[in-house]
Amino acid sequence: MRKTGKRVIPGFGLTMGVTITMLSIVVLIPLASLAVYSAKLGIREFFQVITRERVLSSFYVSFITAFAASAVNAVMGLILAWVLVRYDFPGKRLMDGMIELPFALPTAVAGIALTSLTSDQGLVGKFFAHFGIKIAYTRIGITIALVFIGIPFVVRAIQPVLEKLDGSYEEAAMVLGAKPSVIFRKVIFPELMPALFTGTGLAFGRCLGEYGSVVFIAGNKPFYTEITPLIIMSELQEYDYASATSIALVMLFVSFLILFAVNALQAHNAKRIKGGNL
Amino acid sequence: MQIRSIDERKGEREAVIMKRKNITAITLAAVLALAGLTGCGSSNEEAKESSSSDKVEITNVSYDPTRELYEQYNQIFAEHWKEEKGQDVEITQSHGGSGKQALEVANGLEADVVTLALEYDVKAVQDAGLIEEGWVDEFPDDSSPYTSTIVFLVRKGNPKDIKDWDDLVKDGVGVITPNPKTSGGARWNYLAAWAYADKLYDGDETQIKDFMKKLYENVLVLDSGARGATTSFVENGQGDVLIAWENEAYLSVQDYPDDYEIVTPSISILAQPSVAVVDSVVDERGTREVATEYLNYLYSDEAQRIAGDNYYRPSNQDILKEYADVFDLDINLVTIQDFGGWDKAQETHFADGGVFDQIYEE
Amino acid sequence: MEAGKNKKQQIVKWLLIGISVLFLGIMLVLPLFVVVTEALRKGWAFYIEAITDEYTIKALILTLKATGIAVICNTIFGLCAAWALTRFHFRGKKILTTMIDVPVTVSPIIAGLIYILVFGKQSVLYPYLQQAGIKIVFAVPGIILATIFVTFPFVSRELIPVLESIGTDEEEAAALMGAKGFTIFRRVTFPHIKWAFLYGVVLCTARAMGEFGAVSVLSGHLRGKTNTLPLHVEILFNEFQYVPAFAVSSILVILAVILLVIRSIVEYRGKKET
Repeated sequence: MRKTGKRVIPGFGLTMGVTITMLSIVVLIPLASLAVYSAKLGIREFFQVITRERVLSSFYVSFITAFAASAVNAVMGLILAWVLVRYDFPGKRLMDGMIELPFALPTAVAGIALTSLTSDQGLVGKFFAHFGIKIAYTRIGITIALVFIGIPFVVRAIQPVLEKLDGSYEEAAMVLGAKPSVIFRKVIFPELMPALFTGTGLAFGRCLGEYGSVVFIAGNKPFYTEITPLIIMSELQEYDYASATSIALVMLFVSFLILFAVNALQAHNAKRIKGGNL
Repeated sequence: MQIRSIDERKGEREAVIMKRKNITAITLAAVLALAGLTGCGSSNEEAKESSSSDKVEITNVSYDPTRELYEQYNQIFAEHWKEEKGQDVEITQSHGGSGKQALEVANGLEADVVTLALEYDVKAVQDAGLIEEGWVDEFPDDSSPYTSTIVFLVRKGNPKDIKDWDDLVKDGVGVITPNPKTSGGARWNYLAAWAYADKLYDGDETQIKDFMKKLYENVLVLDSGARGATTSFVENGQGDVLIAWENEAYLSVQDYPDDYEIVTPSISILAQPSVAVVDSVVDERGTREVATEYLNYLYSDEAQRIAGDNYYRPSNQDILKEYADVFDLDINLVTIQDFGGWDKAQETHFADGGVFDQIYEE
Repeated sequence: MEAGKNKKQQIVKWLLIGISVLFLGIMLVLPLFVVVTEALRKGWAFYIEAITDEYTIKALILTLKATGIAVICNTIFGLCAAWALTRFHFRGKKILTTMIDVPVTVSPIIAGLIYILVFGKQSVLYPYLQQAGIKIVFAVPGIILATIFVTFPFVSRELIPVLESIGTDEEEAAALMGAKGFTIFRRVTFPHIKWAFLYGVVLCTARAMGEFGAVSVLSGHLRGKTNTLPLHVEILFNEFQYVPAFAVSSILVILAVILLVIRSIVEYRGKKET
């Protein structure tokens, strides 16, 4: 019954057709062109390009800042989702509505605003400058911009899972006298893990490639605050398409890896939500 | 049981029909989606035919610091053209980093004329097959109707006492300059500093490199474009000295006369922005005449004065003299020819693995 | 003992709320605050003048146009993809799901670059496009394509989990009773996914309006022709016109806030119904 049942529902051809066609035109064919262009370089040149010191260091900068931002986002995202789901307080809906702001605010505007806030003349920067901490034009600045970009991904991944979480284990644990911190660690957190990873993974992927906001706040010093997308831009400026596409291809490969990991987790996650519901 | 068998039979029949339907539907969907996408593709055709009698449109692709200049120039040119030909002309401007702009023209951005920061960028458009060789001699003065040079902008009172290039390598001086890899203007900055060191150390390459290394160690923010660098220095208060185009420096002083002053170094470089007609575009659009006149008229007295008013040095020497109280005309200027031309300078200094990369890599 | 525990929980609660408020305040509200105060630095008259500038309005129209087309395309795509992926089993489903998500993690720079490679001057397609009089890169279609790309999975991502969790029983029953595909969708499926659908559309719109990186690579920055609002902000900023730049930014902020309010209402009503 199961097998034929799936075919009862109509529309496979139409929807599949539209899906594949649009996916091909918008995403797959253009992305494939990257591979075609970088194939103009031989394997050896390709590796030469992507292992140049400046390129390697930009990978490192991009990676380390995206990682730091994702770590901050994982913690803050968890707290925010928890607060939004579990507590009632005035202004909660306002807070909930704000989470997507970074999606909606143009990255360039965000970058400019954050830079003027965190430079040592800015409102926030002035405060930290007292302690000798510089934010804008350092890696900390990049990280801040990325935290801004990534936060909605984490909150919105955890929120639905937390909402659907079956309270009975929690209650049982409570009745058995477990401390709240233990309950959180042993009962709730394991349930949230996949969603947390999914959200953080997506945020991480998005942060790795972010350009618009970072370029204003970074200072763009080679080996210190030069991110990979900026390197791609400067290769383009030198009319060096092969190098630009090669570096882009590496980034693309990393995005794919992240996405596969995220989707594998998500599939796992979906089962969990469903299992909890039934 | 009963339900199940009906369900199964129906399912099988459906499956057969569906299969046939699938193929039609997939094709249909594909056609629809394609039509949708190309539909929005063709929406831009109208602009093309408009180059007929009573109105003509041209596009001038330029670089960042010329916005104010061309805003004014376009007005007088429109009047001039109307007088001469009785035709309205509408000029669309595009500004951005010089290298990026050249790249976009090479990639199919339809520019009738390019007015870029350096010859090398125009040459990139030529290499893409859009501009014919010999454009440098098409207009007077190597096709650069106005020139500029590189100066220092410092905070009022010059608290770090910056007078010349060697003050920039001292400890504790924060320098702002854009990245020569992404900004045409920044290449002039770099070469001007190099020219100073070259003279100071009498051509000793290791010492010059050392000097450059120290200079770039003092750089606090390496923005991607000239305007970004000015913003970092002026709006966000970074650094003690901005290495800038002369015209940019004057603009900042004009806007904030109490906050900044200009220091002219003992040696600098003659920055020659280049202009050219993009042959393949004007031939296709039939705009050669107006495009050529657009660039030609840049050499008229009126236009030269507009350049001067915008703190560009007019290439017409008589008009330049009218601005003698504005510009330091005694400045010692080297030219790009002292570096063996742009191709050579580009290859030695700014290409991947070139001197600029070495400065940062050591 | 019980009271002590409660008190402790109260402290934790307000502590966590406090952290959240502080975090959101600094990260999200302050930048907005900067935009608004800078925009009004020279007073209302100046503000009004800045946002009614000819080029600003042209940029606004282009932004709305690109956003509109992108959202329609992505909505059609999202519905189709969600239907195909949740209603049928087939090989390669996982890969397809992943592919749809790719645009989220691809750098906007790369997104712009790939379209230049496909439709730009060095492409094999270029002579044909030229012949047909179709301009894609450095013209409005390129901007639309880039916008579609960056918001590609937004609708489908919202729909897939909902469609998955409601299961297929009702639709199967309807199909067996002889209902046609579109009727099933309209009468049976859509009521379930209505709110998730709207939510996805609103998010898609919000993200589409603000896209900067990819559009910047593809636009050519032709003033009054291919400048979207975010690009216009950058241009003003580069012209040292800081106050107008922030004024134009504030239009985007206002649009974003309106959309987020709609989003909140959509979500709230959606929750109330289920």
